[in-house]
Amino acid sequence: MARKKIREYDSKRLLKEHLKRLVHIDLPICSAQVTESTDFTELLEKESWLSQRRLVVKPDMLFGKRGKSGLVALNLDFAGAVEFIKKRLGQEIEIEGCKGPITTFIIEPFIPHKEEYYLAISSERLGFNISFSECGGIEIEENWDKVNSIFLPTKSPLTDEAIAPLIADLPSEIGKKIGNFMKGVFAVFQDLDFSFIEMNPFTLVDGEAYPLDMRGELDENAAFKNEDKWGNLEFPLPFGRVLSPEESFILDLNDKTSASLKFTLLNPKGRIWNMIAGGGASLIYTDTVGDLGCATELGNYTEYGGPSEEEMLKLARVILDCATANPDGRKRSILIGGNIANLTDVGATFDGIIRALKEKKSELKEANIHIYVRRGGPNYLTGLAKMQAVGEELGIPVEVYGPEAVMTGICNRAIEGM
Amino acid sequence: MATGQLFSRTTQALFYNYKQLPIQRMLDFDFLCGRETPSVAGIINPGAEGFQKLFFGQEEIAIPVHSTIEAACAAHPTADVFINFASFRSAAASSMSALKQPTIRVVAIIAEGVPESDTKQLIAYARSNNKVVIGPATVGGIQAGAFKIGDTAGTIDNIVQCKLYRPGSVGFVSKSGGMSNEMYNTIARVTDGIYEGIAIGGDVFPGSTLSDHILRFNNIPQVKMMVVLGELGGRDEYSLVEALKQGKVNKPVVAWVSGTCARLFKSEVQFGHAGAKSGGEMESAQAKNQALKEAGAVVPTSYEAFEAAIKETFDKLVEEGKITPIKEVKPPQIPEDLNSAIKSGKVRAPTHIISTISDDRGEEPCYAGVPMSSIVEQGFGVGDVISLLWFKRSLPRYCTKFIEICVMLCADHGPCVSGAHNTIVTARAGKDLVSSLVSGLLTIGPRFGGAIDDAARYFKDAYDRGLTPYEFVESMKKKGIRVPGIGHRIKRGDNRDKRVELLQLFARTNFPSVKYMEYAVQVETYTLSKANNLVLNVDGAIGSLFLDLLAGSGMFTKQEIDEIVEIGYLNGLFVLARSIGLIGHTFDQKRLKQPLYRHPWEDVLYTK
Repeated sequence: MARKKIREYDSKRLLKEHLKRLVHIDLPICSAQVTESTDFTELLEKESWLSQRRLVVKPDMLFGKRGKSGLVALNLDFAGAVEFIKKRLGQEIEIEGCKGPITTFIIEPFIPHKEEYYLAISSERLGFNISFSECGGIEIEENWDKVNSIFLPTKSPLTDEAIAPLIADLPSEIGKKIGNFMKGVFAVFQDLDFSFIEMNPFTLVDGEAYPLDMRGELDENAAFKNEDKWGNLEFPLPFGRVLSPEESFILDLNDKTSASLKFTLLNPKGRIWNMIAGGGASLIYTDTVGDLGCATELGNYTEYGGPSEEEMLKLARVILDCATANPDGRKRSILIGGNIANLTDVGATFDGIIRALKEKKSELKEANIHIYVRRGGPNYLTGLAKMQAVGEELGIPVEVYGPEAVMTGICNRAIEGM
Repeated sequence: MATGQLFSRTTQALFYNYKQLPIQRMLDFDFLCGRETPSVAGIINPGAEGFQKLFFGQEEIAIPVHSTIEAACAAHPTADVFINFASFRSAAASSMSALKQPTIRVVAIIAEGVPESDTKQLIAYARSNNKVVIGPATVGGIQAGAFKIGDTAGTIDNIVQCKLYRPGSVGFVSKSGGMSNEMYNTIARVTDGIYEGIAIGGDVFPGSTLSDHILRFNNIPQVKMMVVLGELGGRDEYSLVEALKQGKVNKPVVAWVSGTCARLFKSEVQFGHAGAKSGGEMESAQAKNQALKEAGAVVPTSYEAFEAAIKETFDKLVEEGKITPIKEVKPPQIPEDLNSAIKSGKVRAPTHIISTISDDRGEEPCYAGVPMSSIVEQGFGVGDVISLLWFKRSLPRYCTKFIEICVMLCADHGPCVSGAHNTIVTARAGKDLVSSLVSGLLTIGPRFGGAIDDAARYFKDAYDRGLTPYEFVESMKKKGIRVPGIGHRIKRGDNRDKRVELLQLFARTNFPSVKYMEYAVQVETYTLSKANNLVLNVDGAIGSLFLDLLAGSGMFTKQEIDEIVEIGYLNGLFVLARSIGLIGHTFDQKRLKQPLYRHPWEDVLYTK
């Protein structure tokens, strides 16, 4: 639950729909989304403009600099657009070090234009940053000194006066149009709980603002207020994040519960595996393994908070499966760590882990697993005693530590002799 | 923000949304610190009023419960902290109402998942009205020896361990609530302990920031040094960097920003906290640590070295004579709660109730050990449920089907029988469903509906003793007892009760043995020879066939059968069945809007 990026297609869909509802601006934009499952004949029936206009095609995958990467095709007919997409759909590309397949495209009418304006709104702690430039487009970073910004404090309305410094250099007629457009975009921003909007660029078509490229970020915490307004919305993973089956399983589990369950597979062949409670502590354990020079041995990042015994069992199973998947005779370590809990019953949480350990007895032995436990908080003595006992029962080395030990001390123990 | 103390030993809070455990933990902390007044003055539980009983040390106290924030503030004008345990959906609205109360100075919001735009409204209001918001998404904070928010610092053992019952010299602030507890422990190990600790919460926009609290700590004379635990994501730490650079902080600050691991992840990762996201370089842990170091904070090389850095800084202050040694006190013992004592195996307490037929504690309710899902999945009927809950075993389907037939046959017998009549009269008197039902049920007894048990008892006794029908009937006659289960007001030898025929047919087709029923039929043959209306009636048929069910199924010992007949199981069957009809009669009368029933004079013989 946090800020989530949405696709350009959705950003524009929300902007068009709600500009009309909130300020009666009717944006003449059209866009169509294409994925692996798109039936082009059906798409053409639904979006008839596709066959009537020249088109632009680009990947819609939350990464930028598409033009610079040669992934944007301009001035095509529909057949040309389909051909462009078919050639690239599923193809693996690399963007700033992240590799991943292209799975989603956006098609829009090709708009020949001269002006390229830049507009960005971002939500800050005390208000909003609104930036505007007459020199938008792919060279925006080179022209960053030409971007004007204003800061609008929370609760202040976006008045003509507030906007004035942004559009001071524009001819008054155009300035007025763009100012109105900004006010509309800002109204949508606030009404729909956006945390970020960027149009780079937008242009003018018949004197009216027309966004060509758009990025948006929503506050997922506000989903409960916006169910109807957001409509059928997808929060795609960042580009390059392809979920393993185990990761999707845990993500799915996380979405269905009030507990927090996070699992990221870093290195399937890694020899240090994490099962850490708490958002803060999980970071620090992961940091510490890195600080000790063993970052490459780290199998996963995991964080959990408030799981039921059953949920803990499922998470632990996944981690144990991964940790034991590549035995090679060398020592492997599982860190069952966490800070001194404020209110979590440590004994009860450990019950789920212990059930998973018992299920995987032979796999744990085969993978030469050593287990290091450190936890404090309600009922921790019971929890630690149970962990110690299960180690003896299964014949697996288990070391347990309570609040008297330094939280990350078990990272050193795990690495020793590896 | 800035200014100094938020809390003291007399601070009182209003607690929004009743939660027994965190309030009790606050009161236990109060007792440990030797506070004279409990730190919770009142509870706000929307829609409820009255009192909540809680412990203050050994004693029980009643804390007033109010239904609105306004009423609570009016009743407790000196309570200036508002602890909000509302859900993420309603936390923002209730926090705003609290901030608008003139008596409230500090609002702590526990919920995780409050929309950013709502939090921003709270921040803006608090700033322009000089109030403090802690959270959202936090456990809260604590001033050692004085005041504690909700679940902060966990168990009493931990609070004692970390010496939080008396003030030390360290001001601490972190994003993470879990790590704040860990750090209280760490700090207690290498210094004289915490003076005050705040967890600002893991959201992108916390109500108050790391630097807000550091600047405040700087103004509190008892705080001699500050410890900060930041996190990657956001730019919060830079306002602290600015404050340090501008020389606004003149006490040592030891700081660490966690999340150096983010560079291990190739694509963008959302870590545990909403605000913890690998964004641009500025927001990385490395950059923030570097900036803090350059601004003059003591920044260790890793989290592992954090403890040593805190120790070193504290020891230096001791050397410089800036720390006044603390007089150690021994906190009083908090009486342990019965529940936790039982859980830890320290005490045992006898139970007051024993139950053997059902259990609602697991994932799903069980009837006699059979989970609800298998009852539904296996297509069980009411008869099977009766078999589980009454007989504590799964009887074969022919038995449970027989039970169901009995229930169906006995469900109703028209409006004129005494039970139905009573129900109808009661319903027409305007009484509710349960009253109408029980007025009918209360009629069931020796003369109405109670004959099944007796029929079974007498038939069983006679058969088991090997009495011939003649011996049985005549011995009953001698005792002046009518044979239960024999005789009908209307039915005759040549016009048998259809219900009896149906039961007999089912039993002859499905039961392995029907010896008790055959005996009852022999008895009937004999009684019919005496009078044409002395037929085996439905009570007699059910009674005798139930004996066959119990004996023939092979699932009951002789003792069990005796007990079943003895304690009135069969009467239970009638009560259950007839309830269906009586409920029907109640609804029928209500649907028909029938007026009060009055018996006509003409129908009463008035006489001396």
